[in-house]
Amino acid sequence: MNILVCVKRVPAPGARINITADGQQVDTAFLGFTVSPHEECAVEQAVQLIEKHGGDVTVLTLGPIEAEEQLRTAVSTGATKAVLIPIDTTDWDPQRTAEAIAKVVAELETANGKYDLVLFGNESADSCGYQVGIRTALKLGRPIVNGAKGLEIENGAAKIRRESDAGVEIYKLAMPACVGVKEGINLPRYPTMKGRLASKKVAIARSKAEATTGGLKLITLQRPPERVSNTVILGNGPEAAPAIVDLLEELGILK
Amino acid sequence: MTVLAVIEHDRGAMTGASLGVMTAARNLAKQMGTKFEAVTIGANADRLSETISNFGATTVHQAHNPMLIDYGPEAWGESLAQVARKTSPTVVIGTGTERGHEVVAQAAARLDLPAAMNCIEFDKNFDGTQPLNVTRTRWGGSLLEQAAIDAPIKLVTLANHVVEPQEELGSTPATVSTIDVQLDDSVAQSFVQDRVERVAGVTLATSPVVVSGGRGVGSAEAFAPLEELASLLNGVVGCSRAVTNNGWRNHTDQVGQTGTRIAPDIYIACGISGAIQHWVGAMASKNILAINTDAQANIVTKAGYAVIGDLHKVVPAISAEIRRRRGK
Repeated sequence: MNILVCVKRVPAPGARINITADGQQVDTAFLGFTVSPHEECAVEQAVQLIEKHGGDVTVLTLGPIEAEEQLRTAVSTGATKAVLIPIDTTDWDPQRTAEAIAKVVAELETANGKYDLVLFGNESADSCGYQVGIRTALKLGRPIVNGAKGLEIENGAAKIRRESDAGVEIYKLAMPACVGVKEGINLPRYPTMKGRLASKKVAIARSKAEATTGGLKLITLQRPPERVSNTVILGNGPEAAPAIVDLLEELGILK
Repeated sequence: MTVLAVIEHDRGAMTGASLGVMTAARNLAKQMGTKFEAVTIGANADRLSETISNFGATTVHQAHNPMLIDYGPEAWGESLAQVARKTSPTVVIGTGTERGHEVVAQAAARLDLPAAMNCIEFDKNFDGTQPLNVTRTRWGGSLLEQAAIDAPIKLVTLANHVVEPQEELGSTPATVSTIDVQLDDSVAQSFVQDRVERVAGVTLATSPVVVSGGRGVGSAEAFAPLEELASLLNGVVGCSRAVTNNGWRNHTDQVGQTGTRIAPDIYIACGISGAIQHWVGAMASKNILAINTDAQANIVTKAGYAVIGDLHKVVPAISAEIRRRRGK
């Protein structure tokens, strides 16, 4: 089977996220970059599926040329092909992103045949838009279910497991289909030696995409008001236990 | 000019997030000098009109189609798109939940209009005639974005737990309008096909006490004292992403941006440094007690209470003290 996984390059922040002076972007001067967590799991899931059923996993990203790093990371963990849709450093809005990706997917499919599955992350870690996968699927004319915490192929259909407050929901989509994957579906593997070598050698195809700007416009980013906490130190080490239990009683937690 | 609230329900049972959405829709409509309406999807939600009336909606649009029995993201999104086309609301507000984001995104894609998810505030000067400026969360709430939605119908979701639900005093029953939506085979696939109902009991999302462990716990086995403390407090055990990445615990226990957002009465964070992605999942807790060897750890500086020390010694000491006081 042929699987396409759409990933996004995002900064890997620590305890605090800083913003550039113009308020337009996260200040990444001192940050590393990573694949958005949900999509990292989507790559792993795709690799597990082709290990079982045979086939190819193509990773695709729309991002700055530096995003080649994330495509190579995906190859080092089992993806076989990589495609970059280069844009300048400014993020594209969700409508524009989806239009560009859908165009490139259509071109790739004209050349290489249809993908049985196109996987997305449930939402990107940085902009949290929750919509690029859904918009792309609609443009491709394929069904999509988000929130997948399980994905298997059963009788030629994609069987999706999703968690809700009420329990677990099962969806079944005839392929070709699209799926929005959530972290927790699997535990992504570390790069293998073979994978690392493959990631150095892989030819990253570039596709250009023209797409029109959508109707959601970023005005500015800001940090939420800092939570000022005058932390009450209850003590040091196990000797603090009585003070802790006093607190639990005071808060009505220990009945 | 109207504001349309999208009611989330599970086979006819309204979810709590819908109450906040109706309250926000009513407030925005008042500011615009107009009324707020609601939409329910599927005939099994018709009975929700009384609750909707109590929140002050003037009209409930009931989207009907024989297909609409259980949840289906595409069928729900298409139904919402058709109701929006028919009623031309100025703003559509959905729930900031998995289903809410999915349905609003589906409707926006079908209408080819922009959508802004997880809004926490709307422009106080918005009167319906200009683009809608919103404040929405990014990075799971670690950053805020001011954005403008320029579209004839502005589609948004309201971040969960941001607006306190409030019924409208002296409200009158809403007018019911039935809208027969047209659904074809293209949306028929993605309905829930099967489900496993959760056994009743507390979950990580609902438990009033969460005892959580991070990298500092050190191994899967070393969670036993946390389990013991959680059970003494009738709570559950949570963990950070480092723990699930190490395979010590299942992802269902993970608190954070890509795990579960929690709001317990107390969050006891043991050996957790408090990276921003973890913090956004725990920050809604009413009380936070951090147990950490590092007095400068992010979680210690943000928590209301802290104990500086080794969790492997402190946690068993707490359990022992509780047992002692209970006379066991």
